[in-house]
Amino acid sequence: MELDFGPAVRDFRDEVRDWLADHLVGEFADHRGVGGPTDGAAWEVRLAWDRELSAGGWLGVSWPREYGGRGLGLLEEIVFEYEYARADAPYRATVNALDLLGPMLLKMGGEEQKKRFLPPILAVEELWGQGFSEPGAGSDLASVRTRAEREGEEWVVNGQKVWTSFGVHADWLYVLTRTDPDSVRHKGLSLLLVPTDQPGVEIRPIRNLAGQDEFAEVFLSDARTGADMVVGEVGQGWRTAMATLGIERGTTLLPQQLTFEREAEALIDLARERGALDDPMLRRRIVDAWISVRIMRTTNLRTLAELTAGRTPGAQATTAKLYASTRHQQLGHLAMELAGPAGQIVGEDYGLDTRQRSFLLSLAETIYGGSSEIQRNIIGEQILGLPKEPRP
Amino acid sequence: MDLTFSEEQDELRKVVRSFLSKYSDEATVRRLAADPRGHDRVVWRRMAGELGLQGLAVPEEYGGTGFGYVDLGIVFEEAGRALLCGPYFATVALAAEALQRCDDEQARRDLLPGIASGETVATLALTEDDGRWDEPGIRLTARETAAGWHLTGTKTYVPDGHLADLLLVAARTPTGVSLFAVAADASGLVRTPLPTLDQTRKQARLDFTDTPARLLGTEGTAWPALERTLATASVLLAAEQVGGAAAALEAAVDYARIRVQYGRPIGSFQGIKHKCADMLVEIESARSAAYGGLWALDSGDATEIAVAAALAQAFCSEAFTKVAAGTIQVHGGIGFTWEHPAHLYFKRAKSSEVLLGGPSYHRELLATRLGI
Repeated sequence: MELDFGPAVRDFRDEVRDWLADHLVGEFADHRGVGGPTDGAAWEVRLAWDRELSAGGWLGVSWPREYGGRGLGLLEEIVFEYEYARADAPYRATVNALDLLGPMLLKMGGEEQKKRFLPPILAVEELWGQGFSEPGAGSDLASVRTRAEREGEEWVVNGQKVWTSFGVHADWLYVLTRTDPDSVRHKGLSLLLVPTDQPGVEIRPIRNLAGQDEFAEVFLSDARTGADMVVGEVGQGWRTAMATLGIERGTTLLPQQLTFEREAEALIDLARERGALDDPMLRRRIVDAWISVRIMRTTNLRTLAELTAGRTPGAQATTAKLYASTRHQQLGHLAMELAGPAGQIVGEDYGLDTRQRSFLLSLAETIYGGSSEIQRNIIGEQILGLPKEPRP
Repeated sequence: MDLTFSEEQDELRKVVRSFLSKYSDEATVRRLAADPRGHDRVVWRRMAGELGLQGLAVPEEYGGTGFGYVDLGIVFEEAGRALLCGPYFATVALAAEALQRCDDEQARRDLLPGIASGETVATLALTEDDGRWDEPGIRLTARETAAGWHLTGTKTYVPDGHLADLLLVAARTPTGVSLFAVAADASGLVRTPLPTLDQTRKQARLDFTDTPARLLGTEGTAWPALERTLATASVLLAAEQVGGAAAALEAAVDYARIRVQYGRPIGSFQGIKHKCADMLVEIESARSAAYGGLWALDSGDATEIAVAAALAQAFCSEAFTKVAAGTIQVHGGIGFTWEHPAHLYFKRAKSSEVLLGGPSYHRELLATRLGI
């Protein structure tokens, strides 16, 4: 598939391609395709790669120049992401700040906050972690119990967060807190920026099922941050957080889909090597796997085309995540079956090959970013207009 | 690259939907389903005269308006929503397409304008008793005499074959598969309507005994054109299936919002809500499959068309059946009655699933075309 949006964008695309061809070499090339939303592998190499990207001016393609971005449009951003995924470059270590916090600050942040935080993000000088989820809350973000109280010119934060992706590396956290102690659900919340380099913040890694320190739990005990570290308005944290999640749902599917396409191609090669293509049952599942990734591609193209035409994306923009996550897991099961007995063996120190890692990590795709069950509620209630469940 | 609908295309959809809500409402669908002919000539003329739907994708030089396949796909999607009864699929997706693909300029000039104007109802007779949609399945023989070509044999499962004015017939000559045009009143032709499970799309059996026919294009070379025709028809049928599935889901959702059980609307129960959500995921995925096919057709890239068409049929035919069955489930007992329209969608879904060869056949076509 070629994305073609006309001559001006074509020049930009060639520039991206050339740069990637020149710089995705050596150690970086050895780590092609490494990483992912739930994969903390090869952290140092990937951080170095982010710095390389930064030096080339490729971080924040659509961010304004005054904050260190390139000041280009959505089209260029899409073309860059597409070429990046096509080149199978390492997954960006600073994705939390680039894809979530940065766009949120651009949308909801104050001028001082943008000047203070955006340039260091693009320079890969400060890493960020997300403090939304809490123990026992799962997908129910509105049940936030972490509290923040105003004390003079500071906020004092107490509580616990969990599932903070790549949290052990974070210099700062953006944290959803309850600032009105008498409030319930999504009212009375505020989004605070909290530095981790202080006695009140303790971060402990959590190992995921693939054996990696992917996320962390965060303990906040009288952690302090400045009064000016609220993003958006005090008490309006839910709106701010939801704006971030909207961004998250829109940006991750294209690179994922390209990864899935590569996996489907590899699966067909593997099946051919093993002579499995003659087995009618396997053959059917292989064709279905191919159909799935092709449908993901067209679905994403539909959404991209609508976005670039300035239209509101249709229902497929919401259904895409559920479809992709479910189908990717099926693809993983099939790949493991085709691998046969060799699929049971891992390397030293629980070293996984690409297939094993992708298969195991795919289990998280129906959980993070809103579980499949939450996705079905969103589709049912927001897209189809079905009545909400009675809530206590 | 234009992968989103233009304002004109949105307008086309609106116009067609509004037309069909009037002329293909449930009462009309039921009346035509019960009628052995299943076709309303007046509405057919209006479709051509007022909206130009039969000639939408026929080039202007042959009396059409020369729009693209994406536009035609919009019409098929709407026709599927409305369960349009009548020979639209047979005439436009099969016959008009076969004429455009065959290597016979004179035949195009002679036959396409009648289709575009709504004068001619046409169809393609390809399948025989074993229901095969591939080249070896064509065994009906054509013989050349001093008086011209004559056909002998049987075609069956021919969509709207009982009422078509013009029959395009795939037949075998000593040099291979050829395409012939046969007039409805040709001698030695017996047409028998077949009672169909899906009463909204009629089929017929055609028996030929030394029936005079006109050879279209060069003898023995018709298969590639027919293959391409079937690819196009697969994509247009996929669009029709998406429309049918979308209408079926809407009915389920409307019902789930108002039907109260255990003190609250059933749509508020996750068991129902999640089922409806899964049906929408299925439909949006099917929509991508069908639209991907339409874009491929407009691109004209033969390899891409072959792949996208097989994919669209393999996926969309199953998706429509799943959604239509889900709709009956959401409706509960009432959905299982003759009076409720849910079964009309379910039967259309199940029949159109096998109309052009069935999901397993299309998966195999896809695998072959991908070199798997």
